[in-house]
Amino acid sequence: MEKEMKIKEKVNWPVTILLILGLITIAFPLYMTIVIAFKQPTEMTNSVAGILSLPKHWSLSNFAEAMRVTDFWRSLFNSVLITAVTVVLSVVLHSMIGYAVGRNKARNKWYNLVYMYVVSGMFVPFAILMMPLVKQTAQMGIANIVGVILCYVVFYMPMNLMLYSGYLVNIPVALEEAARIDGATTFRTFWKVIFPIMKPMHATVAVITALSVWNDVMTPLVIMSGSGMNTLPLAQMTFQTQFGTNYNLAFASYLLALLPILIFYIICQKQILNGVVNGAVK
Amino acid sequence: MKKMNNRQRTFALMTIPILILFFAFNTLPLIKGFMYSFTNFKGYGTYDWVGLRNYADLFGDIRVGKSYLFTIKFALAATVAVNVISLMLAIGLNSKIKFKSALRGMYFVPNILGALVVGYIFNYLFTYIVPAVVGMFGGEASSILASSKWAWVAIVIVCSWQAIAMNTIIYISGLQTVPEDVYEAGAIDGATGWAQFKHLTFPLIIPFFSINMVLSVKNFLMVFDQIVALTKGGPAQSTESISYLIYNNGMSGGQFGFQSANAVLFFVIIVVFSVVQLTVTGKKEEQL
Repeated sequence: MEKEMKIKEKVNWPVTILLILGLITIAFPLYMTIVIAFKQPTEMTNSVAGILSLPKHWSLSNFAEAMRVTDFWRSLFNSVLITAVTVVLSVVLHSMIGYAVGRNKARNKWYNLVYMYVVSGMFVPFAILMMPLVKQTAQMGIANIVGVILCYVVFYMPMNLMLYSGYLVNIPVALEEAARIDGATTFRTFWKVIFPIMKPMHATVAVITALSVWNDVMTPLVIMSGSGMNTLPLAQMTFQTQFGTNYNLAFASYLLALLPILIFYIICQKQILNGVVNGAVK
Repeated sequence: MKKMNNRQRTFALMTIPILILFFAFNTLPLIKGFMYSFTNFKGYGTYDWVGLRNYADLFGDIRVGKSYLFTIKFALAATVAVNVISLMLAIGLNSKIKFKSALRGMYFVPNILGALVVGYIFNYLFTYIVPAVVGMFGGEASSILASSKWAWVAIVIVCSWQAIAMNTIIYISGLQTVPEDVYEAGAIDGATGWAQFKHLTFPLIIPFFSINMVLSVKNFLMVFDQIVALTKGGPAQSTESISYLIYNNGMSGGQFGFQSANAVLFFVIIVVFSVVQLTVTGKKEEQL
């Protein structure tokens, strides 16, 4: 038995090495992006070795040009704005409806109906909403960032309502009753007692919503394409029509587009992994 | 009693405005889409009601038929590929390895990157690097993306590259729920290797398997970004996904009404797929 325990504790080196080798599949496309982004078109010979070798000079000129062409700071600002506002609205509004619905759906058939109604929205593909939404946002005068944010708040509501009202089951009603006896209104009870307790779920909701919104292309593509505004992913479409052959410029821009989320991931890796798993498994 | 009423009023005030918002941006466009599907609306100008003509035309439309065949073929292939690889990767990442958390962190990176940009990067890889490497070994040096027979495989590869990251992390959290003594007890009965996986590990992580199946099939059926970045539906419309066709022909191809009917059909298929999957995997869990 003693011997067996020791064997189990041993590091499984073959698997470790295999997994490290497997990382090539992830690292290679990223490596390629980096070297191409730093090179000049003249350095791009037709051979694979020429494309994939390290650049002779680590010049930042492609990045400066890419930033100018894609109006980088403006696109970045729009992406940050859309993501941040969507996340804040989702956390506040979805936890609020999650609280109201979650506390009442067991006893009140209306709230149960509301729950079923909103959650079934999860099955509605964007493809069917897309064309009517374009018309609708245009008619309402919000075929811009505002319209995109409102769409997101609605699209992620089914999932977030499920997460919040599921989390609420673990929060004892006694906590609220104590606050009520102290004279707090229901809304105050929510805001001062329940909302802070829901913090772990806020983190999950924020991570999932932020990742999906940040990387989404289709919604801003159809809704704000006429507004002259871009998000960071949308701006990358520029290279498909103009500058068709200057891959160095395009890749510098792609790298710039990937960088913010990569930095964010390096800083908050643990929270992101936890959030993603909680959101999927709960 | 009055206090109770106040409480109920607050709950209603918390619910109704948000519900109106949900109705306005989800249910209302859904109803409108359904209505447009009975018209010959081009997206502009006037239109007439055409009854069920669009639906009748859908079933005779070769391009629509091709897009459904492609999308379903793609979704099934990608779901199988992603789940097999993710499961192997998760078992590897859950075993007694060195650098465990660093490796897990790195294998998740593809999932956080934007699908459109990833698609553009792989587009270059498939167009220039892969043919050149194949050429060096004397193979046919043409891009897989230019082949109407094989371009869909490229899309499977790119979508899998990103989706594996997500599914792996879910399988890992499933594997962590399996207590160590289950393996120890199994080992006494001679369950090791494949037998251990088949009879012990897999049955215990079926709930996570069903999460991944639902997640994969639904996401893959709605594939869009990767199509835009890699093939734009080509060559010869061989990789036109349903979402892409609805977007392309509905938004700018003057088929607003017709593609609305297509979207309604697509919606029904998504619901049927999800319901079937949930009941099938639900039953499996019950059997345990």
